[in-house]
Amino acid sequence: MNKLLVILASMAVLLIGSTASAGSPKPLPNLDNVQGDKCVAPKEVIRVEHMEYIMHQRDETMHRGIRTSKHSLKGCINCHIVKGDDGKPVNFMDDRHFCNSCHEYAAVQMDCFQCHASTPTPGPVAAGK
Amino acid sequence: MSSKESNETNKSRRQFLGAAAATATMTVAPGVTVIGLAQAKPVDQAVSSKNRWGLLIDSNKCASGCDACVTACNTENGIEEIHGPETDPQWIRKVTLKHKASGRETSLPLMCQHCEHPPCVDVCPTGASFRREDGIVLVDRHTCIGCRYCMMACPYKARSFVHETLTQQVEYMPRGKGCVESCTLCVHRVDAGSGDPACVEACNKENHNAMMFGDLNDKYSDINQELRAYKTRELRADLNLNTGVRYRGI
Repeated sequence: MNKLLVILASMAVLLIGSTASAGSPKPLPNLDNVQGDKCVAPKEVIRVEHMEYIMHQRDETMHRGIRTSKHSLKGCINCHIVKGDDGKPVNFMDDRHFCNSCHEYAAVQMDCFQCHASTPTPGPVAAGK
Repeated sequence: MSSKESNETNKSRRQFLGAAAATATMTVAPGVTVIGLAQAKPVDQAVSSKNRWGLLIDSNKCASGCDACVTACNTENGIEEIHGPETDPQWIRKVTLKHKASGRETSLPLMCQHCEHPPCVDVCPTGASFRREDGIVLVDRHTCIGCRYCMMACPYKARSFVHETLTQQVEYMPRGKGCVESCTLCVHRVDAGSGDPACVEACNKENHNAMMFGDLNDKYSDINQELRAYKTRELRADLNLNTGVRYRGI
């Protein structure tokens, strides 16, 4: 019986130790950083489907030159701006970044911003906007 | 004036201009078409093979020592200097040709030639290298695995590999480490119908006017008229690639 208690106790210690080393849990994402009135789809839909939308739009834009903004990644970025302490939009390295805050929380890695700009391009953007 | 008001003003101005353009086309006598109206593609429509975008470069006008096109390209597409020309991406480079017998030197910008039959597309194992319906040859970075076969296949050495992690991309030109890239003819501008590529714009700004951009298929376009009027050359015409970029004076 004593032996069992010792084993249980040591397991408990190990457990506590491992959770402590994993750091504090990520805060709940803030989903209210929207510039316009509403998103292109209801929250429930966009949460589940956003990756499908932008994946579809990606091929349409890349291969067929269709550049509508409704489901474009650029559209998301231009609308969901989170400003940092300096008043400038934060990039995806920042925990407060709209995409990053949720992806960090859900522990889902996204590769979009290895290439795509994660903040709107400032200043008078050339023709490409 | 608030920004909202100014947006609305712009919108009504645009509508007015659109209506004016439509009227102009309609009131012209039958059989006569209006030349020179900007034919911007609606954003929700796909590109088509009716267009074939290309460049005409007059090397007689291209000043040696001037690299305005290269600088403009780098600025436009967010290409920054990292380790120097050995390994940095170069979408345009200035090349000097020397005639062996006479010693005559010619300066010209060299970029992706936007071939009709691009070798880079033939060799790509993933389909990342592709030719758009309107003749622009691009790399789809979503499917590029960075194997660099296309760089080997291109007779013009027009493609570059991105070796380093990038952070300063511009929103209309996503670029990243591990992918091959090259001149896109400023495809974002082409799709927006908003004028010439950055290189052409810069060349005109310098008053050299050595580069001309346009639709090779449109018989009323300036570039088409020039191609009809003067003898031009494709680089490595022997390869039968039917390039979209043509040269004069070489």
